[in-house]
Amino acid sequence: MNSRITDRIATGVFYTIAAIMVALLLYLFYFILSNGLPQVTWDFLTSPSSSYQAGGGIRDQLFNSLYILVITMIITVPLGVCGGIYMAEYAKPGKITNFIRTCIEMLASLPSIVVGLFGLLIFVNITGWGYTIIGGALALTIFNIPVMVRVTEDAIRSVPKEQKEASLALGITRWHTIKTVLLPYAFPGILTGAILASGRVFGEAAALLYTAGLSTPTLDYGNWNPFAENSPLNIFRPAETLAVHIWSVNTQGLIPDVREVANGASAVLVIAVLLFNILARWLGSVIHKKLTAGK
Amino acid sequence: MNYTADRPMETKTEKEIAPSERKASKREVVLDVKDLSIFYGNKEAVKSANMGIEKNAVTALIGPSGCGKSTFIRSINRMNDLIPSSRAEGEIIYEGINILRDDINVVALRSEIGMVFQKPNPFPKSIYNNITHALKYNGQKNKKVLDQIVEESLRKAALWDEVKDRLHQSAMSLSGGQQQRLCIARTLAMEPQILLLDEPASALDPVSNSKIEELILQLKEDYSIVIVTHNMSQASRVSDKTAFFLNGDIVEYDDTKKIFTNPSEARTEEYISGRFG
Ligand SMILES: Nc1ncnc2c1ncn2[C@@H]1O[C@H](COP(=O)(O)OP(=O)(O)OP(=O)(O)O)[C@@H](O)[C@H]1O
Ligand SMILES: [Mg+2]
Repeated sequence: MNSRITDRIATGVFYTIAAIMVALLLYLFYFILSNGLPQVTWDFLTSPSSSYQAGGGIRDQLFNSLYILVITMIITVPLGVCGGIYMAEYAKPGKITNFIRTCIEMLASLPSIVVGLFGLLIFVNITGWGYTIIGGALALTIFNIPVMVRVTEDAIRSVPKEQKEASLALGITRWHTIKTVLLPYAFPGILTGAILASGRVFGEAAALLYTAGLSTPTLDYGNWNPFAENSPLNIFRPAETLAVHIWSVNTQGLIPDVREVANGASAVLVIAVLLFNILARWLGSVIHKKLTAGK
Repeated sequence: MNYTADRPMETKTEKEIAPSERKASKREVVLDVKDLSIFYGNKEAVKSANMGIEKNAVTALIGPSGCGKSTFIRSINRMNDLIPSSRAEGEIIYEGINILRDDINVVALRSEIGMVFQKPNPFPKSIYNNITHALKYNGQKNKKVLDQIVEESLRKAALWDEVKDRLHQSAMSLSGGQQQRLCIARTLAMEPQILLLDEPASALDPVSNSKIEELILQLKEDYSIVIVTHNMSQASRVSDKTAFFLNGDIVEYDDTKKIFTNPSEARTEEYISGRFG
């Protein structure tokens, strides 16, 4: 068989695989959105869920998802970025670094239900907090940090060597070079990574079942005191997120409109994750253009 | 500037001497390279090199690709420290101190011995900020002083007239030759004593190339310059001294005139004439 034919066959196979993937994705979106979108009304988004009657909404779950996401990212991003800087710039190649890298990769590939059970043990039982937002956020941090470290390390490594040399050759310290040359250059990559990780956090259910819990206290959105019991900002309250809500109404819901609520919530979730992805791409390219303006 | 633990702050005395006074005296040696060997792992890329680099002169390093020119020039401001496998033996004496010592403050050293690379590498910032990047790091915040240094260094690098109306535009919008002169300006803003240029013009068009050459001849008045070049006629035009490298050895180091008209070594002659065709 000559190489031209091999090349053609390979190209054909790749096209087919790509086409199957796109078709699958489109069908999935169509299925979820066509079932769910009709349920998504303003009322659905802004009323609390109900336990027994039909017509409940997802207001608290939507808020909880966003809030846990924010708390998780506040913890994850600084730690992950520092870790990534360390791995890219300071870690000397060798056994210890390889060991650290293996650990990070293992952490990233832990099944989320296992992370959830681990969280139950540590952040719920040992600390005695019970089901809390902070417990959920810490559990999510566990498998988000490896992603952030990886993304940051890659982004910093992909900064052209010339840029780093330029700064160092001017008599600037390594740390200052990292801060003023490497990080700004790597920023679009880090940001894109952070937003993609956010999408994952937003859709996560298993790790939150046993850490942030399956319930939400009655919230008073007028109360912004983060220490009040009924304040939405209290991080020591249980919080059922959107993804967890979908799971819980489906498995143990007593409401008559289980299907409608689940479908509507799924549609909202999918749209949110989609938005995260689009936002990541858009922001990344805007900032990249700004950085390399005029070229 | 002090760059060793045991040397107290010292002013740049040489800078205070008027250039005319300096030129009158016979050129002194600013960098004394003694038995310098540089290894990458087990590979010896520079083999016990000896060379007295003169003050306020242009020293050209020539030789075929891979003979160790970049390795040599990068060891002078310790850029080879960035390559984990590299290791240097021997001495480079600058202002009475062996700058290869472990306890040298390489950050301070690099601000005295500036370097410009083969590929123009401006930061993706404005022209103005490219120059103030290092100044700000050194604590200079006064806008007036910064403005003045920016203008001065751009003038010295013969770029001022071309960019004075767009200082706050991105440096990436400059042509390759302008970018390279900006990189030179950025280095000059640090007021270095020595300028290391590793093939600074090889990526540029002939016009930019000759601009850089003119610039080097001007800068010689105030700086000691070491330049790596593959362009034989460029070496003969701009340099006072030339060192011919071959496989990590310095085959011959002498006045440029002598090297190009009457080299003592047959290998030098072969290389130069081979290049001239
Ligand atoms: N980072 C490195 N690791 C290992 N070996 C290296 C490294 N950099 C350079 N070398 C080797 O050291 C020798 C000298 O390289 P160097 O870059 O100094 O040559 P050069 O004279 O500057 O060549 P050119 O004219 O092509 O720039 C070469 O054999 C090269 O392969
Ligand atoms: Mg080279």
